[in-house]
Amino acid sequence: MSEVIVITSGKGGVGKTTTSANLGTGLAMLNKKVVLIDTDIGLRNLDVVMGLENRIVYNLVDVIEGSCRLSQALIKDKRYPALQLLPSAQTRDKSSVSPEQMKKLIGSLKGDFDYILLDCPAGIEQGFKNAIAGADRAIVVTTPEVSAIRDADRIIGLLESNDIRQIDLIVNRIRMDMVKRGDMMSIEDVIDILAVRLIGAVPDDESIVISSNQGEPLTGSDCLAGQAYMNISRRITGEDVPMLDLNIKSGFFSRLAGAFKKK
Amino acid sequence: MGLFDFFSRNKSGNVAKDRLKLLLVSDRANCSPEILEAIKNDIIKVISRYMDVDSEALDIQITQTPSEEGHGSVPALFANIPIRDMKFGKNLPDQPG
Repeated sequence: MSEVIVITSGKGGVGKTTTSANLGTGLAMLNKKVVLIDTDIGLRNLDVVMGLENRIVYNLVDVIEGSCRLSQALIKDKRYPALQLLPSAQTRDKSSVSPEQMKKLIGSLKGDFDYILLDCPAGIEQGFKNAIAGADRAIVVTTPEVSAIRDADRIIGLLESNDIRQIDLIVNRIRMDMVKRGDMMSIEDVIDILAVRLIGAVPDDESIVISSNQGEPLTGSDCLAGQAYMNISRRITGEDVPMLDLNIKSGFFSRLAGAFKKK
Repeated sequence: MGLFDFFSRNKSGNVAKDRLKLLLVSDRANCSPEILEAIKNDIIKVISRYMDVDSEALDIQITQTPSEEGHGSVPALFANIPIRDMKFGKNLPDQPG
């Protein structure tokens, strides 16, 4: 039976789609059968981040309206045989789908995959309600900013009142250099405020921009963000992976400071 | 490190955390900061008749506490009011009319 996970945040632009793409890829690399569903109807993005935009024939709304079979709309990722994408519709809007229809769709996918990942749109309206309708658990993505954390808190409240019991947090785009000089909330600050379980932190890394430019998720690559996503993917499967040390000593001065600290 | 800590109180990371904590109190209680501020001012006004309170350090919050009947949570008003000096017998104001 599949586990259905919704990736959500409330606020837009904090990295839901990037997170979905990378966790989907990570789970597929761990030989789990994964289907990624883009539930952001009208603002289709996950296909672009995944580099699969040229392979779309049918979409989520086509499947729900019965214009095509489910298998016709699923795109197999040639790089990772265990990974498939169900793209969203670009020319429709959120009201094209109801929570009941989403539940039914997820129900028909359940036997065939280990994980069903739902990329949720920003906001708390219809699109959010559709995305969480069939979910067993949630991953809330936030950045260490007042606005994003406030929205995450609201989302966590809404998830709880919709009986989604397991809620995990990803702190995205953390900059340890800024945390060190006191100009950014730390991972601990964020957990302290939101009081949910941390499943991982992802550093603000240039390679993420490069990877989405190229349409190649970076999970598993050598960069810190790539390692962070791989670790989160392992934790999703229940593996106990220690938190990644995000303190890279890059500059001369920080290395010097590090050398002094050891004495 | 001590000196650094001293200066770091005013760093923007802490400012963000403090603002957020206040914001979430009113978000979670579904009560606006203006109303909370009005309650706070009224409490200060009443208590100041009888004692000298540190209005700067006064902290009031609406939090969620588990209900005594054991189902769900209920909002509760917490006020922490530091007293500078008791006024008893000194200049007790006239009874309000």
